Amino acid sequence: MSDISFVRKEMLPEKAPPASEVGAIGWARHNLFSGWVNSILTLVSLYAIYYVLAGVLPWILQSSWSAQSLKECREVFEAAYGTTHGHACWGVINERWLQLLFGFYPPELYWRPILALLLLLVALSPVLFADHVSYKVLRFTAIYPFLMVWLMWGGPIWGPISAAMGFVVGFAILKFGTGRMGELAAMIAAVAGAVVWWLLLSGTFSSVMSSILPIAIQSVESRQFGGFMLALLLGVVAIGVSLPIGIVLALGRQSDLLIVKSLCIGFIEFIRGVPLITLLFVASLLLNIFLPPGTNFDIILRVMIMMTLFSAAYMAEVIRGGLAALPRGQYEGADSLGLDYWQAQRLIIMPQALKISIPGIVSTFIGIFKDTTLVSIIGLLDVIGLASAIRADTAWNGIYWELFAFIAFLFFVVCFSMSRYSMYLERKLQTGHR
Amino acid sequence: MKKSVFMGALTLAGLAAGAAAAGTLDDVKARGKLNCGVTTGLVGFAAPNANGEWEGFDVAVCRAVAAAVLGDSTAVEFVPTTGKTRFTALASGEIDMLARNTTWTFSRDVDLKFEFTGVNYYDGQGFMVPKELGVSSAKELDGATVCIQTGTTTELNLADFFRANNISYEPVPIETNAEAQQQYLAGACDVYTTDASGLAATRATFDDPAAHVLLPEIISKEPLGPLVRHGDHEWGDVVRWSLNALIAAEELGITSANIGEMAAGTNNPEINRLLGTEGTLGEMLGLDAGWAKNAIMVGGNYGEVFAKNIGEDTPIGLARGLNAQWTNGGLLYAPPFR
Repeated sequence: MSDISFVRKEMLPEKAPPASEVGAIGWARHNLFSGWVNSILTLVSLYAIYYVLAGVLPWILQSSWSAQSLKECREVFEAAYGTTHGHACWGVINERWLQLLFGFYPPELYWRPILALLLLLVALSPVLFADHVSYKVLRFTAIYPFLMVWLMWGGPIWGPISAAMGFVVGFAILKFGTGRMGELAAMIAAVAGAVVWWLLLSGTFSSVMSSILPIAIQSVESRQFGGFMLALLLGVVAIGVSLPIGIVLALGRQSDLLIVKSLCIGFIEFIRGVPLITLLFVASLLLNIFLPPGTNFDIILRVMIMMTLFSAAYMAEVIRGGLAALPRGQYEGADSLGLDYWQAQRLIIMPQALKISIPGIVSTFIGIFKDTTLVSIIGLLDVIGLASAIRADTAWNGIYWELFAFIAFLFFVVCFSMSRYSMYLERKLQTGHR
Repeated sequence: MKKSVFMGALTLAGLAAGAAAAGTLDDVKARGKLNCGVTTGLVGFAAPNANGEWEGFDVAVCRAVAAAVLGDSTAVEFVPTTGKTRFTALASGEIDMLARNTTWTFSRDVDLKFEFTGVNYYDGQGFMVPKELGVSSAKELDGATVCIQTGTTTELNLADFFRANNISYEPVPIETNAEAQQQYLAGACDVYTTDASGLAATRATFDDPAAHVLLPEIISKEPLGPLVRHGDHEWGDVVRWSLNALIAAEELGITSANIGEMAAGTNNPEINRLLGTEGTLGEMLGLDAGWAKNAIMVGGNYGEVFAKNIGEDTPIGLARGLNAQWTNGGLLYAPPFR
């Protein structure tokens, strides 16, 4: 009798949760089949995914890598699968991938664009991963643009050096002039000095130095640039140059100086009001007619300038958005600390404004990078242009999807990396305002 | 000079300073390279191969001119041009000549201030339809949807043809031949119209070429030829006679195989004049005596170039047709070399 109790005295051992609540089944129940609407949607989605994969995977995998022509591909498929439809003829990529990547760049010099790309990563590392890379690498970053131009185009080393000297001249005037004639005057003198150097002295300097100390590598003409390399080159230049120009334009647009302000607004609104393709046509067609006959103004350089200006205008507006999002107190705080305009911008305003604008900046980058394919319309053989040129080969006439799939893959790799990096950067700079 | 220094500093890459505006022939000789405008890619006429070398029927004209002027068929800078950029590139001097399956028309010759230096391919606009459509003549195409490349003479010819026959059509504008092939195969249009050579090349790439027919009507004359800028007649003569040399070589039986022995001298005075062993034709053009020999040695005479790039043994499989020698009932008729 006394042993009977109505309340359990000892604890039961913990049981494993029911199989329907944990593991794969539990996850599926919670996430995929948590109600009849969700269950139906899940089934429909699964079918859609199956349908796409059932078409795409055989196309990708049951393919031919070795065929020398579309005709041969079709013969192979006919023999192996009894049909010529639904199989990728990767032979075209196998034969032409180097051309799609490098265009007409001389094959024995492929190491130069590759080296330039690797050095680009080195040069970007202190900017991209400031925590992990020594600050001193920034010196290399400063040299890199000139090094890249020399590697890509070749020729005597004195051309890039004399161009770099222009910046040195300007910087020197700014440094030593500020004390004597005031900041504004020194800045104007610095710009004027650099321009005078580039216009009048640099040509003489580089030709004199080349005759004294001829250090040169084989030069490569712009016409030989092409393929994905061209897209990367245009993209990197447009991205790299447009960010500083965009910052200057955004500041100029907010400036109190009437002329500076109207110039910046005029530039931004004009460029944003015109389609990129129009600017490219101006670069390729109109400039040719305006310039004196015989002037050989490099087509790739013209395109680079146009793309840079275009993306700078967009960049300026993105950064202006960041500036506008900063509370007024930040500006006033800077003033109360006694910082002058440039110090305030450098130490307080810009770091915050740029942080706010990261997603916008990166999506502008991605956009301009993909816009580089527009150059195929003005006859530059970038990766899209080369695809149509390859189709004009009798062996490959009639091939489409394989080439475009390859191009899409190349662009996806680059754009996806940029997008992931921007998410990393946002997380890193997160200071807990949310 | 100032300008060129400025540009040089900008490019950091060294741009050629603008030479004084001499004749194109002198420019080309001084440069050591011929800038030849070609298409960005047309089957059989111009396309880069896997090694990045340009090949094709139009490319052969560029190479022949380069060989005639510079003695080197590889001294050519091929400048790819699109339908929109080709004329500006030529007018602005970016290219020395254009060999880009361009139709010789009155307005291009007169109004746009170009000079067509001959015809290297007589083409004409045709129609391709699927066999299952059961059409045997273009006049039965009333109400058809037609894939047509915009900005070309074919667009205008098509409108003229349908208006003249009082039938209607619905155009499907497309930008490139590649796009047209896809649209046509996907059934976006009943008919594809472009130059007959292009149709033949396109049909050859189909899975089942026999399921498509080319209609018998050729609705336009499309004499395709190289062109140069108006006003530089010395240069125009060089391009014209380089092409004529290839055509005459076929008529005279000079081939890449026998040119070596023929150049040693023959009993035929015209061959001797052409190959430079007699007379001073080269000197009159401002070229070496062996100019024509160099041009012919690149890829052989006109017939050999034709056979190699677009002839019946290639996948494109074009018959000579109008492009046969006049002695064989074609239109090729090179003026005498005298």
